[in-house]
Amino acid sequence: MTVSVQEADFDGGAEIAALSAGDDDAGAVASFVGLVRGGEILAMTLEHYPGMTEQALQDIVGQASQRWNVRRVRVIHRVGRLAPGDQIVFVGVSSRHRGDAFAACEFIMDYLKTQAPFWKKEETPSGGRWVDARESDEAAARRWSGGS
Amino acid sequence: MSVKVLYFAGLREAMGRSADSVNLPVDVTTAGGLRDWLAGQHEAIRMAKNLRVAVNQKMVGLDAPVADGDEVAFFPPVTGG
Repeated sequence: MTVSVQEADFDGGAEIAALSAGDDDAGAVASFVGLVRGGEILAMTLEHYPGMTEQALQDIVGQASQRWNVRRVRVIHRVGRLAPGDQIVFVGVSSRHRGDAFAACEFIMDYLKTQAPFWKKEETPSGGRWVDARESDEAAARRWSGGS
Repeated sequence: MSVKVLYFAGLREAMGRSADSVNLPVDVTTAGGLRDWLAGQHEAIRMAKNLRVAVNQKMVGLDAPVADGDEVAFFPPVTGG
Protein backbone atom coordinates (compact mmCIF):
# COMPACT_ATOMS: atom_id res chain seq x y z
CA MET A 1 0.00 0.00 0.00
CA THR A 2 2.05 2.89 -1.30
CA VAL A 3 -0.43 5.74 -0.99
CA SER A 4 -3.00 6.46 1.74
CA VAL A 5 -5.44 9.33 2.18
CA GLN A 6 -6.92 9.13 5.66
CA GLU A 7 -8.31 11.03 8.63
CA ALA A 8 -6.31 8.98 11.12
CA ASP A 9 -2.90 10.01 12.40
CA PHE A 10 0.19 7.99 11.43
CA ASP A 11 3.28 6.64 13.19
CA GLY A 12 6.27 8.04 11.31
CA GLY A 13 8.71 5.76 13.09
CA ALA A 14 6.79 2.64 12.14
CA GLU A 15 6.46 3.85 8.53
CA ILE A 16 10.22 4.50 8.31
CA ALA A 17 10.98 1.06 9.73
CA ALA A 18 8.63 -0.60 7.24
CA LEU A 19 10.41 1.04 4.29
CA SER A 20 13.50 -1.12 4.80
CA ALA A 21 12.11 -4.10 6.75
CA GLY A 22 13.33 -7.35 5.20
CA ASP A 23 15.20 -5.52 2.43
CA ASP A 24 18.97 -5.96 2.76
CA ASP A 25 19.62 -4.00 -0.42
CA ALA A 26 18.13 -0.80 1.01
CA GLY A 27 21.02 1.41 2.08
CA ALA A 28 19.09 4.60 2.70
CA VAL A 29 15.70 5.83 3.88
CA ALA A 30 14.74 9.51 3.54
CA SER A 31 11.50 10.86 4.96
CA PHE A 32 9.54 14.07 5.38
CA VAL A 33 6.74 14.91 7.79
CA GLY A 34 4.61 18.03 7.31
CA LEU A 35 2.92 19.61 10.35
CA VAL A 36 0.18 22.17 10.99
CA ARG A 37 1.87 25.45 11.99
CA GLY A 38 0.42 27.35 14.91
CA GLY A 39 0.40 31.13 15.21
CA GLU A 40 -3.07 32.61 14.81
CA ILE A 41 -4.50 29.40 13.37
CA LEU A 42 -6.90 27.57 15.69
CA ALA A 43 -7.33 24.60 13.36
CA MET A 44 -7.47 23.73 9.70
CA THR A 45 -9.65 21.50 7.59
CA LEU A 46 -8.24 19.61 4.63
CA GLU A 47 -10.64 18.94 1.78
CA HIS A 48 -9.80 16.64 -1.13
CA TYR A 49 -11.20 15.11 -4.30
CA PRO A 50 -11.83 11.45 -3.45
CA GLY A 51 -10.68 9.16 -6.22
CA MET A 52 -8.58 11.75 -8.03
CA THR A 53 -6.42 12.33 -4.96
CA GLU A 54 -5.24 8.73 -4.78
CA GLN A 55 -4.66 8.61 -8.54
CA ALA A 56 -2.68 11.84 -8.50
CA LEU A 57 -0.46 10.63 -5.64
CA GLN A 58 0.12 7.28 -7.39
CA ASP A 59 1.03 9.15 -10.56
CA ILE A 60 3.55 11.31 -8.67
CA VAL A 61 5.09 8.22 -7.05
CA GLY A 62 5.27 6.60 -10.50
CA GLN A 63 7.13 9.60 -11.90
CA ALA A 64 9.59 9.54 -8.99
CA SER A 65 10.17 5.81 -9.50
CA GLN A 66 11.02 6.41 -13.15
CA ARG A 67 13.44 9.23 -12.41
CA TRP A 68 15.32 7.72 -9.48
CA ASN A 69 16.47 4.28 -8.42
CA VAL A 70 14.09 3.85 -5.50
CA ARG A 71 13.10 0.65 -3.74
CA ARG A 72 9.99 1.51 -1.68
CA VAL A 73 7.85 4.62 -1.42
CA ARG A 74 5.18 5.49 1.14
CA VAL A 75 2.91 8.54 1.02
CA ILE A 76 0.28 9.31 3.66
CA HIS A 77 -1.84 12.47 3.50
CA ARG A 78 -4.40 13.27 6.14
CA VAL A 79 -7.75 14.96 5.52
CA GLY A 80 -10.38 16.43 7.83
CA ARG A 81 -9.88 18.76 10.78
CA LEU A 82 -6.37 19.15 12.19
CA ALA A 83 -4.93 21.26 15.02
CA PRO A 84 -1.57 23.07 15.30
CA GLY A 85 1.20 20.55 15.82
CA ASP A 86 -0.73 17.75 14.11
CA GLN A 87 0.95 15.75 11.38
CA ILE A 88 -0.46 16.35 7.87
CA VAL A 89 1.72 14.42 5.46
CA PHE A 90 4.35 11.69 5.42
CA VAL A 91 6.63 10.88 2.49
CA GLY A 92 9.25 8.14 2.83
CA VAL A 93 11.56 6.63 0.23
CA SER A 94 14.10 3.81 0.45
CA SER A 95 16.93 3.28 -2.01
CA ARG A 96 20.38 1.69 -2.27
CA HIS A 97 22.16 5.05 -1.96
CA ARG A 98 21.08 8.24 -0.24
CA GLY A 99 21.03 10.50 -3.30
CA ASP A 100 18.04 8.74 -4.85
CA ALA A 101 16.07 8.71 -1.58
CA PHE A 102 16.71 12.40 -0.84
CA ALA A 103 15.85 13.54 -4.36
CA ALA A 104 12.76 11.35 -4.78
CA CYS A 105 11.40 12.41 -1.38
CA GLU A 106 11.75 16.12 -2.20
CA PHE A 107 10.34 15.64 -5.71
CA ILE A 108 7.27 13.86 -4.36
CA MET A 109 6.61 16.65 -1.84
CA ASP A 110 7.10 19.39 -4.45
CA TYR A 111 4.75 17.70 -6.92
CA LEU A 112 2.21 16.81 -4.24
CA LYS A 113 2.04 20.51 -3.29
CA THR A 114 1.07 21.57 -6.81
CA GLN A 115 -0.60 18.50 -8.39
CA ALA A 116 -2.57 16.62 -5.73
CA PRO A 117 -6.13 17.91 -5.18
CA PHE A 118 -6.05 18.97 -1.53
CA TRP A 119 -7.22 22.32 -0.18
CA LYS A 120 -6.64 23.82 3.27
CA LYS A 121 -9.12 26.02 5.06
CA GLU A 122 -7.79 27.74 8.17
CA GLU A 123 -9.87 28.64 11.21
CA THR A 124 -8.68 31.88 12.80
CA PRO A 125 -10.14 34.04 15.59
CA SER A 126 -11.60 36.29 12.84
CA GLY A 127 -13.17 33.44 10.85
CA GLY A 128 -12.38 30.85 8.21
CA ARG A 129 -10.21 31.44 5.15
CA TRP A 130 -9.02 29.24 2.29
CA VAL A 131 -5.25 29.11 2.01
CA ASP A 132 -3.91 30.71 -1.18
CA ALA A 133 -1.56 28.72 -3.37
CA ARG A 134 2.01 30.02 -3.17
CA GLU A 135 4.11 30.90 -6.20
CA SER A 136 7.12 29.53 -4.31
CA ASP A 137 5.50 26.08 -4.38
CA GLU A 138 4.95 26.34 -8.14
CA ALA A 139 8.58 27.38 -8.55
CA ALA A 140 9.75 24.45 -6.42
CA ALA A 141 7.87 21.99 -8.65
CA ARG A 142 9.17 23.65 -11.83
CA ARG A 143 12.78 23.05 -10.75
CA TRP A 144 12.34 19.37 -11.57
CA SER A 145 11.24 19.85 -15.17
CA GLY A 146 13.64 20.91 -17.88
CA GLY A 147 17.35 21.36 -17.51
CA SER A 148 18.26 19.32 -14.48
CA MET B 1 -24.08 16.12 -24.41
CA SER B 2 -24.39 15.75 -20.68
CA VAL B 3 -21.54 16.01 -18.14
CA LYS B 4 -21.19 15.96 -14.38
CA VAL B 5 -19.51 19.09 -13.03
CA LEU B 6 -17.86 19.11 -9.59
CA TYR B 7 -16.73 22.09 -7.49
CA PHE B 8 -14.23 22.05 -4.66
CA ALA B 9 -12.98 24.22 -1.79
CA GLY B 10 -13.73 27.96 -2.10
CA LEU B 11 -15.52 27.46 -5.40
CA ARG B 12 -17.81 24.84 -3.85
CA GLU B 13 -18.70 27.29 -1.10
CA ALA B 14 -19.28 30.14 -3.54
CA MET B 15 -21.50 27.92 -5.72
CA GLY B 16 -23.40 26.69 -2.68
CA ARG B 17 -23.17 23.07 -3.88
CA SER B 18 -20.59 20.48 -4.82
CA ALA B 19 -21.95 19.18 -8.13
CA ASP B 20 -24.20 19.86 -11.11
CA SER B 21 -25.44 17.74 -13.99
CA VAL B 22 -25.47 19.88 -17.10
CA ASN B 23 -26.57 19.51 -20.71
CA LEU B 24 -24.11 21.32 -22.93
CA PRO B 25 -24.80 23.19 -26.14
CA VAL B 26 -23.15 21.53 -29.15
CA ASP B 27 -20.49 24.21 -29.46
CA VAL B 28 -19.06 23.49 -25.99
CA THR B 29 -16.45 20.78 -26.60
CA THR B 30 -13.49 21.64 -24.33
CA ALA B 31 -12.81 22.20 -20.63
CA GLY B 32 -12.19 25.88 -21.32
CA GLY B 33 -15.39 26.13 -23.32
CA LEU B 34 -17.30 24.58 -20.45
CA ARG B 35 -15.73 27.01 -17.99
CA ASP B 36 -16.70 29.98 -20.16
CA TRP B 37 -20.23 28.66 -20.62
CA LEU B 38 -20.63 28.15 -16.85
CA ALA B 39 -19.12 31.59 -16.19
CA GLY B 40 -21.93 33.03 -18.28
CA GLN B 41 -24.43 31.62 -15.78
CA HIS B 42 -22.63 31.76 -12.44
CA GLU B 43 -21.02 34.78 -10.83
CA ALA B 44 -18.91 32.45 -8.63
CA ILE B 45 -17.18 30.99 -11.67
CA ARG B 46 -16.88 34.34 -13.39
CA MET B 47 -15.11 35.80 -10.32
CA ALA B 48 -12.85 32.80 -9.64
CA LYS B 49 -9.18 33.38 -10.37
CA ASN B 50 -6.80 30.74 -11.72
CA LEU B 51 -9.39 27.97 -11.77
CA ARG B 52 -7.88 24.55 -12.39
CA VAL B 53 -9.74 21.80 -14.20
CA ALA B 54 -9.70 18.00 -14.14
CA VAL B 55 -11.49 15.78 -16.65
CA ASN B 56 -12.26 12.27 -15.39
CA GLN B 57 -9.99 12.88 -12.39
CA LYS B 58 -6.90 13.96 -14.37
CA MET B 59 -5.64 17.53 -14.22
CA VAL B 60 -5.78 18.93 -17.77
CA GLY B 61 -5.36 22.16 -19.71
CA LEU B 62 -8.29 24.29 -20.86
CA ASP B 63 -7.96 22.92 -24.40
CA ALA B 64 -8.70 19.35 -23.24
CA PRO B 65 -11.75 17.80 -24.93
CA VAL B 66 -14.94 17.12 -22.98
CA ALA B 67 -17.16 14.22 -24.02
CA ASP B 68 -20.61 12.94 -23.09
CA GLY B 69 -20.64 11.34 -19.64
CA ASP B 70 -17.38 12.96 -18.49
CA GLU B 71 -16.76 14.11 -14.93
CA VAL B 72 -15.34 17.64 -15.05
CA ALA B 73 -14.07 19.27 -11.85
CA PHE B 74 -13.25 22.94 -11.32
CA PHE B 75 -11.23 24.07 -8.32
CA PRO B 76 -8.78 26.69 -7.04
CA PRO B 77 -5.03 25.99 -7.15
CA VAL B 78 -4.29 23.14 -4.74
CA THR B 79 -2.80 23.74 -1.27
CA GLY B 80 -2.05 20.34 0.24
CA GLY B 81 1.16 19.09 1.83
